[in-house]
Amino acid sequence: MPLDVYLNVVVAGILTGLVYGLMALGLSVIFGVVRVVNFAHGEMMSIAMYLAVVLFASFGLDPLLMLVPIAAVMFAFGYLLQAGLINPFITRPEHSQFLLLVALAIIIVNALLLIFGPDARTVQTSYAYDSFQLGPLLVDASKAYAGGAAIAFAAALFAFFRYSRVGTAIRACADNYTGALVIGLDVKRLYALTFGLGAACVGAAGSMMTLIVDVTPIIGPTYTLLAFVIVITGGLGSMAGALLGGILIGLTEALAGLVFTPSAKSMFAFAILVLVLLFRPQGLLGQRLS
Amino acid sequence: MSAAWLARFSGGAWRRIFVLLALLLAVLLAAPWIVNDYLLTVLIVILYSAFTGQAWNIMMGFAGQLSLGHALYAGLGAYVAAVLFVDFGIGPWLGFLAAVPAAAACGAIIGFLAFRFGVAGVYFAILTIAFAEFARIGFDHIAAVNASAGLFLPVRQVAHNDVWHLRGDPTMFYYVILAATVVAFILCRLLLESRLGYFWRAIREDEEAARAAGVPTFRCKMYAVMISAALTSFAGVFYAFFYNNLFPEQVFNIGRSIEMILGPIIGGIGTLFGPILGAFVLTGLAESLNSIMAAFGLSMPGATQVFYGVCLLVVIVALPEGVWPPLARRLGLFKEWP
Amino acid sequence: MTALLSLQQISKRFRGLVAVDGVSFDVQQGEVYAVIGPNGAGKTTLFNMIAGALKPDQGGIVFDGKPIQNLSPDVVCRRGIARTFQLVRPFPALSVEDNVLVGALLHRHGIGEARERAQALLRRFDLFDRRRHPASALTLPDRKRLEVIRALATEPKLLLLDEVVAGLRPTEVDRLVAVLRELNRDSGLTILMIEHVMRAVMALAARVLVLDHGVAIAEGTPDQVVRDPAVVQSYLGAEAV
Repeated sequence: MPLDVYLNVVVAGILTGLVYGLMALGLSVIFGVVRVVNFAHGEMMSIAMYLAVVLFASFGLDPLLMLVPIAAVMFAFGYLLQAGLINPFITRPEHSQFLLLVALAIIIVNALLLIFGPDARTVQTSYAYDSFQLGPLLVDASKAYAGGAAIAFAAALFAFFRYSRVGTAIRACADNYTGALVIGLDVKRLYALTFGLGAACVGAAGSMMTLIVDVTPIIGPTYTLLAFVIVITGGLGSMAGALLGGILIGLTEALAGLVFTPSAKSMFAFAILVLVLLFRPQGLLGQRLS
Repeated sequence: MSAAWLARFSGGAWRRIFVLLALLLAVLLAAPWIVNDYLLTVLIVILYSAFTGQAWNIMMGFAGQLSLGHALYAGLGAYVAAVLFVDFGIGPWLGFLAAVPAAAACGAIIGFLAFRFGVAGVYFAILTIAFAEFARIGFDHIAAVNASAGLFLPVRQVAHNDVWHLRGDPTMFYYVILAATVVAFILCRLLLESRLGYFWRAIREDEEAARAAGVPTFRCKMYAVMISAALTSFAGVFYAFFYNNLFPEQVFNIGRSIEMILGPIIGGIGTLFGPILGAFVLTGLAESLNSIMAAFGLSMPGATQVFYGVCLLVVIVALPEGVWPPLARRLGLFKEWP
Repeated sequence: MTALLSLQQISKRFRGLVAVDGVSFDVQQGEVYAVIGPNGAGKTTLFNMIAGALKPDQGGIVFDGKPIQNLSPDVVCRRGIARTFQLVRPFPALSVEDNVLVGALLHRHGIGEARERAQALLRRFDLFDRRRHPASALTLPDRKRLEVIRALATEPKLLLLDEVVAGLRPTEVDRLVAVLRELNRDSGLTILMIEHVMRAVMALAARVLVLDHGVAIAEGTPDQVVRDPAVVQSYLGAEAV
């Protein structure tokens, strides 16, 4: 195969990987602060995707424009979920929290199946078949927009955690739960905010993902696993690690799809996961927990 | 057996348990004469779920190792037995003898990697999912098992039930899975009350403290994975011969793994009777729901699963121990019956 | 007397920070030996190395004539060293009796036999009446006692006690001390204890090692040690003045 085919696939993989990264960023933020493993992450993503699809089909609203409103809706969903359901579970054993979210995941997948049926839905934008010519590269316009928006959203989130008061308070919570309680932070509210922010990442990523793939109700578990693979690869709790992991996995999938067969591409992602779990359990950019 | 054991054995609670178990078994044995074909199929599904739940419970409930990839072992069992039957004409029971080492070896590999490299808790659960997904995608590309096109077992009409080849009517399958469930129950009881069983419980409660008390944690956890995997593989053999078709997308699906863990969680993790009770409660309620919907002429794919999810949610939130422990306390059975 | 346990120039670093620095001492067969020192002196690190929970960076540990520094905790226990934890760690959902049973099963394969042994120990330590309670339902003193019983059930030659009387009221301290002294005297059990509570150290220990910042600064009888100027300076100073 000529080199430019590879280059095109590499670029496409990186751009998709950025959207993956944003999705995984949500999981990482939630785990890093609330210490809850969101097993319903991909399912939340599929809610966002269906929102984007419905808004497009009913009102012709472009998923790129709807990115912020959908992120806001998902923020509210995440906030309420944490405040109502998960906060009382903070002191329960790890597997108990995990199973709570498994239950939620099952409900979301099948509720979507009940409402939308099993068929794939798609968004046909006017620019769906456009592409940019950059020297020898042919870049898919949808992927370029999606990747760019993912970077912008992630940058906004970084800035929020770095510079805003609430963001700083949330980081304090993540570093030292008891300390945060002692200095009078409303930890439960901060947890709810954090879960909301994680869900907002998923909302934005899901909205953009509709530009790249079709959506079906059973896509949720796939994305949950993908988010885990990415976050564990990058390092749980590391924001930069999530983006890096996303790019790495996007790239791996794209190349595996090209060199082998597209249907086997996630095997390579799982292979990376297993290797990372065994040989670098803290992830590429994560710090080893004691 | 010591006098202390005999004393426990003949206690009042024990007598009640035996009466209850004997009654339940009698009803189940008589069931094919009482219920219609539809209900018999439901009972088969319930007992299948009770069997796999018990197998999973050995790992999670007894030894505290959360596996979310048990579909791997069932799927392996199903494929090993089916391939031997289809390609070599080897019957299911010999197939099962081949499936056991295959599943146990697979469990041993996962366990070895996880326990030697310190992959624990939620990470361990994700590792088990990863291996099951690996198998799902892998089998989808193995031509020898017909890849994603699926493997079909020849269905032939037999005049008599042929237990040796697992060919026959639902009643035969019903008794096979009933026997398997009873065997699994007895096995679980023996395991739980064995030296290994106490070591497992110690590991479940606090692994570091268990090691400090001399429990060889690595070996005990390996036994847990291997026994659980081997037992689960029988469910796969049964599945293959009951449904006569296997698709990697179905048998290795993460949904199968999740379904396996619902019963024990709802019934009560780590208890002997929980997985069985959970299977009855969950499948019983779900089938009732299906019947009601069918009576109203409704067909809603996903409704049953939404119901499963809601059940799971309610139990986790309201009954963290599951249904069985509070019920057993109510019946005055709890002290002697974990 | 022969040394049952011998530490030879043991060192352990955590990320460049020296927790234990070249510590050597011998514990004789049948004696009660105490390691004391201020918080952060490296006592628990030392303890974890003996119990196999941590590997020393340098040095050797010889127990019963054989090196044990590369063994895992369960093997160390099998060789005859049982420990308690500073923050008690009974198996919470198991009954008191089953907690002890787990320990008793180390060298016994029959459940009935091990259960009898567990019950005998529970009687001896006044926990028999509560044997059916889950361990999580016990009070702190009882949980501490349970940990000691579970450790004893493994039939150790050496018992490692990590601040076993910390957090107990003086009367409870005296009760536990009496039990330990009896064990040492009657069964000849060798005990290595880390202790903050000097009351317990003075009552039990034949010899004391003082650690400060990972270094052994004094060794001797309790009376000698508390009069040692270096010890008074570094450890007892604040309390003595």
